[in-house]
Amino acid sequence: MSTRSIGENGPAALLFHTLFTAFIVAPLIVTILVSFSDKGYISMPFEGASLRWYRAILDAPDIIGAFWLSVWLGLGSATLAIAVAIPAAIAIARYRFSGRDALMALLLSPLMVPHVVLGVAFLRFFSMLSWTGSSIALLLVHALIVVPYALRLTLGALIGLERDAELAARSLGASRWTSFRRILLALIMPGVVGGWSLAFIQSFDEVTMTIFVATPGTTTLPVALYHRVSMLTDPVTTSVSTIMIVGTMGLMFVLDRIVGLDNVLIGKK
Amino acid sequence: MAEKVTRGNGSQWLLSLPALAMFLGLLIVPLALTAILSFNVFDAVRGSQSNFTFGNYIDVLSDGYYYELFLRTAGMSLGVTVICVVLGLPETLFLSRMRSVWQGTFFVVILGPLLISVVVRTLGWSILLGRDGVINNVLISLKLAQRPVQLMFTMTGVVIVLTHVMLPFMIIAIWSTLQKVDAQVAHAARSLGAGPWTTFRRVILPQLLPGILSGSIIVFTLSASAFATPALIGGRRVKLVTTAIYDEFLSSLNWPLGAAIAVLLLLGIAFVVVGSNRLIERRFKQVFA
Repeated sequence: MSTRSIGENGPAALLFHTLFTAFIVAPLIVTILVSFSDKGYISMPFEGASLRWYRAILDAPDIIGAFWLSVWLGLGSATLAIAVAIPAAIAIARYRFSGRDALMALLLSPLMVPHVVLGVAFLRFFSMLSWTGSSIALLLVHALIVVPYALRLTLGALIGLERDAELAARSLGASRWTSFRRILLALIMPGVVGGWSLAFIQSFDEVTMTIFVATPGTTTLPVALYHRVSMLTDPVTTSVSTIMIVGTMGLMFVLDRIVGLDNVLIGKK
Repeated sequence: MAEKVTRGNGSQWLLSLPALAMFLGLLIVPLALTAILSFNVFDAVRGSQSNFTFGNYIDVLSDGYYYELFLRTAGMSLGVTVICVVLGLPETLFLSRMRSVWQGTFFVVILGPLLISVVVRTLGWSILLGRDGVINNVLISLKLAQRPVQLMFTMTGVVIVLTHVMLPFMIIAIWSTLQKVDAQVAHAARSLGAGPWTTFRRVILPQLLPGILSGSIIVFTLSASAFATPALIGGRRVKLVTTAIYDEFLSSLNWPLGAAIAVLLLLGIAFVVVGSNRLIERRFKQVFA
């Protein structure tokens, strides 16, 4: 239903909207502009543009290493998260049992617990088990914190789904596994792909928890960027950021095609 | 028609087993260990000892420095929340009145930054807010300021940037409630002679309150637990709970004290969430029913 009929936007509303949008995009646009400067410090590119800060990335092996670690971490943790989220989502969507609400609350709880607290907890945990510096350990905790995103979108696809096709497949002789793989998984695929992608992005962007457990050998891209930004004067941060902005926009475009961006961002049922 | 839901028969736990094992081993156990750590004794020479003590909590709760830290964090989060309501509510309403092409476009523009790393967004703001930054250059060339305004390493700067980071959450929360508002009721109010402002205040706003409140809870808790933005924009000058935890763990290496502050932050946030949920349920029973 449309709420548009409540009224039309007047000039004051449009002015507000313009300023609001400018506020939202300003930091991103400034970052992109500065990345094309030819100066050795943070400055606008209007008095001399160059690609030197993009070439500078190639001379920063720490950034390149961190990028690949973040990519693998994102791929691995999103895959692990969706693998545990799909069966849990089926349990929550299809069964009524005591403890169902508690299960749901537990699986969504990484959204509520401050990432600083999680970082502290994992630092303590890793040091007790001598897991410090292990990229597998980092992958496991990344998977944990992105489970809520994988779960929410998978659940959204499952809720309200009819079971007729599955039952028909079963009665025609398909095994449980075949009917899951060929019927149910196919039906909820947009939700699964959306959940996986959102989980990947959240893992790729995570900084607050990771900064506590990252060691020189397990520094992710946002953590590396954080340490460079805290020293401020290095324009290579802007070219790396620009690549991250463009990359995210590309992913957003793909996601919009597959599941619809409003589905991912707003979680429309 | 096949049944959509089944009464639990045990398979539900089998299906949730992988997730449950993961959450038990990687969430419940580490959090419990942190809670235990917060009761350990810290020795500057030997590190944390396993003797039991309330000392860390007594240290935090009896020291004015930590009180200030928690109060400053709560005040900042409240400020960000209020600004997000004041800016987010009108923007959401304006978005809802746009034609669908524009609506789709501006949704991507306004909500898209949620998917971009918070470090990237904060870097952009540090370029804007610096002493030679874009904002100061504009202010000086327009003769609105004599000399650069200090925005980096101030609370004002932190609030501006956190507002930028949190606004999408507020808009999403208000937007989802706005979808349930019946436009017919607004029409009825208008046709019965109510002006646009009265219609908004008496008819639309009360229906949006649940969304505004749930958006406020999200923005408040995320602001109170934000780390990267306050650390990079506020630096050492704006000390908050999260940056203090970071310092205890990675600079002072007083883990038990850091763990105690972390536990208090978690409890404080849980208290705010549970408390306001109670309030919302009591106040808006009729809206949700």
